[in-house]
Amino acid sequence: MQQIIQTALLLGCIYSLVTLALFISYRVLDIADLTTDGCFVLGMAVSVSLARAGHPVLAVFGAMLAGCGAGFITAFLQTRLGVPSILAGIVTNTGLYTVNLMAMGWSSNLTLLKQETIYTMFRFTGIGGTWYQVVLSAAAALLCMAAVRWFMSTRLGLSIRATGDNRDMVSASSINPKFTVTVGLMAANMMTGLSGALAGQMQKSADINAGNSIVVIGLACLIIGETVMQGRKSIGRNILACLLGNIIYRMIYAIILQTRFIPIECLKLMTAVIVALAIAAPSMKEQAGVWMRARKEI
Amino acid sequence: MLVIDHVSKVFNPGTINEKKALDKLCLTVNDGDFITILGSNGAGKSTLFNAIAGVFLADEGKIVLDDVNITFDPDYKRSKYIGRLFQDPLKGTAPHMTIRENLALAYLRAGRGFDSFSRISKKDEEMFREALKKLDMGLEDRMHTQVGTLSGGQRQALTLLMATIVPPKLLLLDEHTAALDPAAAEKVTQLTKEIVARNHTTCLMITHNLHQALQTGNRTLMMADGNIILDLNDEERKNTSVDELLRRFKEGAKTELSDDRILLSE
Repeated sequence: MQQIIQTALLLGCIYSLVTLALFISYRVLDIADLTTDGCFVLGMAVSVSLARAGHPVLAVFGAMLAGCGAGFITAFLQTRLGVPSILAGIVTNTGLYTVNLMAMGWSSNLTLLKQETIYTMFRFTGIGGTWYQVVLSAAAALLCMAAVRWFMSTRLGLSIRATGDNRDMVSASSINPKFTVTVGLMAANMMTGLSGALAGQMQKSADINAGNSIVVIGLACLIIGETVMQGRKSIGRNILACLLGNIIYRMIYAIILQTRFIPIECLKLMTAVIVALAIAAPSMKEQAGVWMRARKEI
Repeated sequence: MLVIDHVSKVFNPGTINEKKALDKLCLTVNDGDFITILGSNGAGKSTLFNAIAGVFLADEGKIVLDDVNITFDPDYKRSKYIGRLFQDPLKGTAPHMTIRENLALAYLRAGRGFDSFSRISKKDEEMFREALKKLDMGLEDRMHTQVGTLSGGQRQALTLLMATIVPPKLLLLDEHTAALDPAAAEKVTQLTKEIVARNHTTCLMITHNLHQALQTGNRTLMMADGNIILDLNDEERKNTSVDELLRRFKEGAKTELSDDRILLSE
């Protein structure tokens, strides 16, 4: 049981950064950013490659920078070149496959053997005992969440929020919405890159397919979190919902993995169904309401 | 001073839907002018505003504001000097953000260097509260309310405040009271007059109310087919009746008046 909780917390903290990224792009900017899958692997590849070269800490920042770059390309495609936003993400994502292979030295997976990672380094400090991985990951996640919370209340953050809320009003306030979209997507993908970096060093390996459908899982966690935290009331609450949603999702995942309650092969289908249902819920509710009323009155 | 020099705009050029929205239009607006603009649908009133605000670039001609050629400036740069209100009260505010946050964004036009990472200060907040008090709607006690929960009139009044919190060189009012109920429209009109008078703001206002057009401001323009067909100064307006204006309007529209949006009443 302790094993389950520990794993769920660890993965929940690491992957909550992907959800945080989706919160920025999908909720705040109102853009479905599909760079996420490739960007996660990019972070992982850069992180593991640099850790192999003996720079585990630098690796984390390198991965964040790489994520920023990926976000910039997606933003550039949609704001300056007029590529529709969803397509821009897919195009970047496709291109990233090759970039990721390159970052991993043209092999489809890369492992760390005896090299130091930020986790092995942190273990030496003795903080957290056997929970050291959880402690470090949670610290990273909470730090990022505090940073995003702070950022969203700055003038630049307010402009980014307004961009997703009413783009005309942003240009009327003498801010270029192209700029705010770019900054927002770079910040979001930086979080995704960091998530990949932590995941890579934690499991001591990088795999070219590690990012598959991470965007859907991230969205599922976002929605689970929002449902549990009662809607979208304040930014702070929303950000905490990202973490909570991930921990709950990973808890369920771990339990399923342990008990084989649902065949593990079916998990992606389950996730997809959960996301589709959760996003469809408001319109289904409305239709059901109309249907019930019609039945009663006719 | 705003100078519009032979500005043209053609929509869908080379297609069957080609429309000459502005046709070598020339206009000089003096500082402190409050101009009302009349014209039937499709006369080019909103297109003129879009060209001034930079929503699109003019096909030809130039636009000069206070001796600066702004013809090729994008809209967000022009918004530093040009405030604009639309008919739709939802257009000017961010609904999921609070009154305080909306005002803070509008106040960015004051542009005090690079302070992107600064937060809303106590001083700013105090200033916002004072400004809201002047609207006399009780909004100063609801600074943390989401704007989406306000009524249309309150939102339009807030938008007016946001457009003028940093006094613009030019204020464009595009039928900004037309979608409001009579009481709210009266209130917003009153506020507009107050704010414009207080700041001596140069102002262009589109209206469909002939009576209001003659009563408000100091100059009245009438547009048709992308050009100005009538330009009355304050003196001339005094000698013009609403009937006379309506006759000119029909002449300009060249068709029998089917435009029931023209309001002759008070």
